[in-house]
Amino acid sequence: MLRFLLTRVSLLIPTFFGMTLLAFFLIRLVPGDPIETMAGERGIDAARHAALLVEYGLDKPVLTQYGVYISRVLHGDLGKSIITQVPVLDEFLALFPATVELAVCAILFALLLGLPAGIIAAVKRNSWFDHGVMTVSLTGYSMPIFWWGLLLIMLFSVYLGVTPVSGRLDVIHYVEPVTGFLLIDALMSEEKGAFVSALQHLILPAIVLGTNPLAVVARMTRSAMLEVLGEDYIRTARAKGLAPFRVVAVHALRNALIPVVTVIGLQVGVLFTGAILTETIFSWPGVGKWLIEAINRRDYPVLQGGMLLLGAVVMLVNLLVDLTYGIINPRIRVAR
Amino acid sequence: MVSPSVASAASTPPAPPTPLVEFWRAFSANKGAVFGLVVVCVLLLLALFAPWIAPHAPFQTNSGAFLVPPAWQAGGSSTYILGTDAIGRDILSRLIYGSRLSLSIGAVVVLIALALGVTLGLIAGFYRGLLEIAIMRVMDIILTLPSLLLAIVIVAILGPGLVNAMLAVAVVVLPHYVRITRAAVISEVSKDYVTAARISGAGTLRLMFSEVLPNCAAPLIVQASLGVSTAILDAAALGFLGLGAQPPSPEWGTMLADAREFVMRAWWVVTLPGLMIVIAVLAFNLLGDGLRDALDPKLKR
Repeated sequence: MLRFLLTRVSLLIPTFFGMTLLAFFLIRLVPGDPIETMAGERGIDAARHAALLVEYGLDKPVLTQYGVYISRVLHGDLGKSIITQVPVLDEFLALFPATVELAVCAILFALLLGLPAGIIAAVKRNSWFDHGVMTVSLTGYSMPIFWWGLLLIMLFSVYLGVTPVSGRLDVIHYVEPVTGFLLIDALMSEEKGAFVSALQHLILPAIVLGTNPLAVVARMTRSAMLEVLGEDYIRTARAKGLAPFRVVAVHALRNALIPVVTVIGLQVGVLFTGAILTETIFSWPGVGKWLIEAINRRDYPVLQGGMLLLGAVVMLVNLLVDLTYGIINPRIRVAR
Repeated sequence: MVSPSVASAASTPPAPPTPLVEFWRAFSANKGAVFGLVVVCVLLLLALFAPWIAPHAPFQTNSGAFLVPPAWQAGGSSTYILGTDAIGRDILSRLIYGSRLSLSIGAVVVLIALALGVTLGLIAGFYRGLLEIAIMRVMDIILTLPSLLLAIVIVAILGPGLVNAMLAVAVVVLPHYVRITRAAVISEVSKDYVTAARISGAGTLRLMFSEVLPNCAAPLIVQASLGVSTAILDAAALGFLGLGAQPPSPEWGTMLADAREFVMRAWWVVTLPGLMIVIAVLAFNLLGDGLRDALDPKLKR
């Protein structure tokens, strides 16, 4: 197990350095130099420009600059936002819990609906329910979620008026941020109605972000269940007279879940992609909206740091998923 | 190819079906795939004959007809069947012209990704070792980053616009093509016919392109067809974020970006462009699934 862990981690290191290279050089492709970008439309006189170039170390060779950059990154210094002058890492850490909260709720939504739907579809293969699940799931998979979000806002917020349009909490409430996860903070605080308000704000974004994973989970569960249900040990379990529910829920499901867990693990990158769109539509104050705003303000350090941080998070989650399999399924550990 | 249609071949005349006929039989058995094909053909026709089909010019504004609802609603007019947008442009015409953009986006992105991906995949598969590791590492990095995020960063650096958005999406989907090609090449290279060709003196380029590549075509065709839907979806997302095609372009995602502020009062401006995206993406997904089942029974799940 230790060897498995070490191989997986050692594979991540070159990927991480590759990502820093990408982040470093992509930003250098921006026309004009960083000083001009910071000066903006006002421009800057030549002497000050030269002085700033020296001050920021931009007069040194590219490789030296990369060396400085990498050592700063490894010390947790990702630079400062040009606009707010706040360190990128601090801004990221302040906003990240909101994104995580949204993503976790989206995955819960996908699992709560997707698992049962996939299981029933597999058990009742070729029934109308099965066809319905497959059709809905293919549509969900093809859904542009930015449009789906607008549709839901139009239906629930505008026509029915049951959910708020944007944000995380009504302005009348104030909740002291303790964990950063508003649902938990609101529950712990004395504010009456804050929890309900937070939940109301969360529900539409979570559905929107959970739609693609829902489609994937339902499809994957169905096909994994179909495969497992054809196995000999299922026939044995049936033959020895176990209740059909027990056969499906215990014998089949446990083995069918392995590929499903894989797929959920792989959805993390997809979730962040979706979070960028979902947060933009619902004005959800997370890292996705932050990055889009950084683009509109040409705040390149934020873009560079945000990309690196999100990439690192995806890498870590993928590592955790890999390790979890190693534990659930020893065959994988040996095979690699 | 040991065909799964042996049973059905018994009932047909003794002459074995040509590969094309066999393919069509497997493909047309899948109703969803045929439906996808039909929709794709309709979209193609709309795109080709847009100037003749569209009732109005896509950029023509009418100051007397702002936000006119669709014809069947109160206040709608038969001049504008699907209504007009905030500056009086005909929605139906813009949607029809939009199919030109979305189909071209899909085609261009997939062609770029195919050309680059196949080349890199062939190189990685033929020259195992350092070059392979370098190529596959870079692909891993691209795959690790959330796809839209990387595309957004690329567009933010190159500058917003349709061409840059297509380039960005092509880069983001590239790893899939490289991986598929490399895996197929590696499994093909050890086969006897490649050895035979090599012994009879075929050069590496000839081995790559005329011996091995045709035998890797099936998974690539499937990926390309599914890739069109990803390309349309991602390019529309970039358009929606204001980074893709720029207004007044009738690209569907860009139309949605303009429509956001009318969520409160004009459902047709918001609903219809998205509906077109879903229809197009769904059609290419169905088509791709059908192609996969028909071309390569091994890939079938």
